[in-house]
Amino acid sequence: MELELRGITKRFGSLVANDHIDLTVQPGEILGLLGENGAGKTTLMNVLYGLAQPDSGEIRIDGKPVVIHSPKDAINAKIGMVHQHFMLVPVFSVAENVALGVEHLRTIWLGRMTIGGRSFPGIPIPTTLFDRQRARRQVRELSERYGLRVDPDAMIEDLPVGVQQRVEIIKALLRQANVLILDEPTAVLTPGETEDLFRVMRELREGGRSIVFISHKLKEVQSIADKITVIRRGQVVGERPPTATDAELAALMVGRAVELRVTKEEATPGDVVLDVKNLTVSGGILPTETDPGRNVVDDVTFQVRAGEILGIAGVQGNGQTELCEAIMGLRPAMGAVHLAGRDVSYATPRDRLRAGIAYIPEDRHEDGIVADFSVADNLILDTYDRPPNASGFAMNLPAIRKGATSLVDEFDVRTSSIDTPVGTLSGGNQQKVILAREVGRKVRLLLASQPTRGLDVGSIEFVHRRLVRERDSGVAVIIVSSELDEIYALSDRIAVMYEGKIMAFRPPTVPVTELGLLMAGADPKASDTEELAEEVEALYDRPQADDESPPGADPPVDGPQRSSE
Amino acid sequence: MTEDASGPPANTAPEASTPASGSTSGGPGTPPRRGLRGLDREIINSITHGSPAVVTILAIFLALVIGALIIAFSDTTVLHQFNSFFAAPGAAISAAWHAVADAYSALFEGAIFNPHTVSAAFHGGSVGAIFYPLSETAAQATPLILTGLSVALAFRAGLFNIGAASQWIGGAIVVTWLGFGVSLPPVIHVIVCLIGGFIGGAVLGWIVGDLKARTGAHEVIVTIMLNYIMYNMLSYLLGTHAALQQPGQSNLTSPNIAANAQLPHVGGPPPQVGVGFLVAIAAAAGLWWLLERSTIGFEFRTVGANPSAARTAGMSVPRTWVLAMLIAGGIAGLSGAVAIQGQFLSLNFQSYGTFGFDGITVALLGRAKPLGVVLAALLFGALNTGGTNMQAATSVPVDISKVIEGLIVLFVAAPMLIRLLFRLRSTHGGGMEAVAKGWNG
Repeated sequence: MELELRGITKRFGSLVANDHIDLTVQPGEILGLLGENGAGKTTLMNVLYGLAQPDSGEIRIDGKPVVIHSPKDAINAKIGMVHQHFMLVPVFSVAENVALGVEHLRTIWLGRMTIGGRSFPGIPIPTTLFDRQRARRQVRELSERYGLRVDPDAMIEDLPVGVQQRVEIIKALLRQANVLILDEPTAVLTPGETEDLFRVMRELREGGRSIVFISHKLKEVQSIADKITVIRRGQVVGERPPTATDAELAALMVGRAVELRVTKEEATPGDVVLDVKNLTVSGGILPTETDPGRNVVDDVTFQVRAGEILGIAGVQGNGQTELCEAIMGLRPAMGAVHLAGRDVSYATPRDRLRAGIAYIPEDRHEDGIVADFSVADNLILDTYDRPPNASGFAMNLPAIRKGATSLVDEFDVRTSSIDTPVGTLSGGNQQKVILAREVGRKVRLLLASQPTRGLDVGSIEFVHRRLVRERDSGVAVIIVSSELDEIYALSDRIAVMYEGKIMAFRPPTVPVTELGLLMAGADPKASDTEELAEEVEALYDRPQADDESPPGADPPVDGPQRSSE
Repeated sequence: MTEDASGPPANTAPEASTPASGSTSGGPGTPPRRGLRGLDREIINSITHGSPAVVTILAIFLALVIGALIIAFSDTTVLHQFNSFFAAPGAAISAAWHAVADAYSALFEGAIFNPHTVSAAFHGGSVGAIFYPLSETAAQATPLILTGLSVALAFRAGLFNIGAASQWIGGAIVVTWLGFGVSLPPVIHVIVCLIGGFIGGAVLGWIVGDLKARTGAHEVIVTIMLNYIMYNMLSYLLGTHAALQQPGQSNLTSPNIAANAQLPHVGGPPPQVGVGFLVAIAAAAGLWWLLERSTIGFEFRTVGANPSAARTAGMSVPRTWVLAMLIAGGIAGLSGAVAIQGQFLSLNFQSYGTFGFDGITVALLGRAKPLGVVLAALLFGALNTGGTNMQAATSVPVDISKVIEGLIVLFVAAPMLIRLLFRLRSTHGGGMEAVAKGWNG
């Protein structure tokens, strides 16, 4: 079935989310829909799925115009959608979830029997009982046909995210979807799960179904799509084959040439700014006879000098988060932390901030911003009680507004005004607000944890440039990232963390294999690690930009989560 | 993380199943963390970010309509007429109309303005009488404004102060004791009593905040328990001669406070504005400044909106809780002070009333904003005053006004219902959200 969008326009107030968008999806084709956050991808798909009504334009299926007023119409038109947030009932089984809304009822055949080789079907008695067997059968059939590997009897809440996503796909397939819309499907997946999803997508394509794959990650779109359509500010700005280069696609997406890897001069390290000695954070579990307990940060010692960037690499969950929080005084720790010669081991978070640490927390929404507060208020979150923002107990609104206006300009925060709630901004702009707040004051040390997680290409470029600029102005910078690309692009020195320990320090010229081995806790010098080295290499050579990869992007791909399938 | 259905798996590496991996938060893909604290925040959000004013107005309208139906169908004359509804439908409807119109005009005349007083004034009556209903409404609203502010302040700092009742008692006990047990010159006595009331409530609020800050005890449980403790403490003190009981009395009542301690009225009787009302308005203005224009209020609001971000930004969340509960308790105590000093003059279970609990509804209706609380308290004051007049003028019981109050809050709390009934377009959650909600939205 051929799906065609003609001149779709959707306005929200003065904002044009979709501006005369034309799009065609052929049968058996994977269309990559590429665009930055807020470019209008999701809105377009909501229009297609009947969740929003277009102001003008039409949707055609096999050349015939159709009207889609609700998801029900979309399902009837054989369009299926897998949302960013899954619509599953956690305490129901896979089969029950899949059947939800299209349940078949059981029929009892009264008097069904076989007499002398002839079978009598009996009298059908309709019931109001849910035909669970049929739902299970359907799930099993579909999952076999497309290699989806889902147990129909598993409870949704017990399944890993990747499998839940497959359940959503089965749901759509069961409703005979010929066109499947996947809205940022890889955002919640680990690299291994992403590979699995791509395999399923290819199977579906072989089966003649079309897929619209929405993403802002270049590498993913390049590796899976047959055709790439780029959307910027609500308009289609180009169509490219998947062979198009990164730089070309990025430039289309952002609207200008983008530096995918920040250029920087050689570092000129100065005095030691941060001196961490034997820092240890307890895991919070008391040792028992069988379990000696474990420190989440284990005897970590390092120094950072003014004008250098120390990159802390490691798979998420190896103590990086706790290390940052311990340095900030947000988590009780043993050991010593000196900032520019001053002992701040027992200082409160506020004292450490005031002593000149800028902190970009890993969990932006939870720790970095107050979503309901305006941009201006978020910009003074840690300086609200200092001049010029306040004198005594009274806040100085004009000064706060003036400061906010100049920071918004300097950091290119795209917001309609400084009174806009920060929660309505895109992730990139929220991060710019945090960055502006933290380095807007005088700092000695910049501690940035996963600074570009979930950001689009343009914002990543901005954040990276700014981090390098801080380094060049003599600030000591620590970048914690599970993203090797980022570690390589920014670091002057790389520290690798594994199970709470710093395994080694390496220069940024270290081969990716060695770094990968260190991240997996292996000693690259040892001889029995060759096999592991190959695995690691295979993993990191994968075409993926898992800049949103959640915890768990761990090298041994066949971890325990597979067993639950 | 395992119960978090759509969250990412905690960790895939077998050797990484340390406590660390369990405590790391999910990526940006994780939906907001659930749990009691998340629920608290959701409730408070829905209170402070409630619906636009039009929903509140429609809720009041709808509550009055339902109140009218109750009035009409609890009236014996109307019911009698409806027995012969098919014979004379006009009579039945007009009887219902009259019952409702009589009751509501009595309510209005008792609470806001009585046209008869104007014509009376032209014929030599008192001009002041015109404003009498309004002054009564203000007097009724005074303690409610203060308990409402107490609950509202706590809301803004992310706390549920269910204990305005106990804090009210705390304030009232101190005020009563200072009022009859101490002898001071005129103005000073009043001020000492007001400050005493504030401190009495503040101590109880501080206990709640300190317990939460130190031990993590949830303030809802602590305040509810303190309500029981203070209620029975009041009963004990009022029944003990050595304490607050009036000498020579076996009733649970205190002696009247000294004349010097009583709050004066501005403007001669009968229409008069109590100084207590002015104190309440001043408290509302002060609280507005505190919340919106001071660094302390910024801390309160930040901790209320996102305690993790507040902590990361260097604020002390426990300190903020203690301070917020202390001030909230103080304001509830002040409510006890103005009620005793300006209205009841002695402490007993009649003066105790339901101010503490009504404060919660007032704060809800006023959406935890000082101006909103004042308006909501005035509305409740008007319904109380008018209800009394309604009962006197017609046979409709005063309880109907309480029913209407309850209905208003119910409808405000269920804005979707109002939207559906009046076909309002939702201003939240519609289009803009869909645009802004990218993956990182």
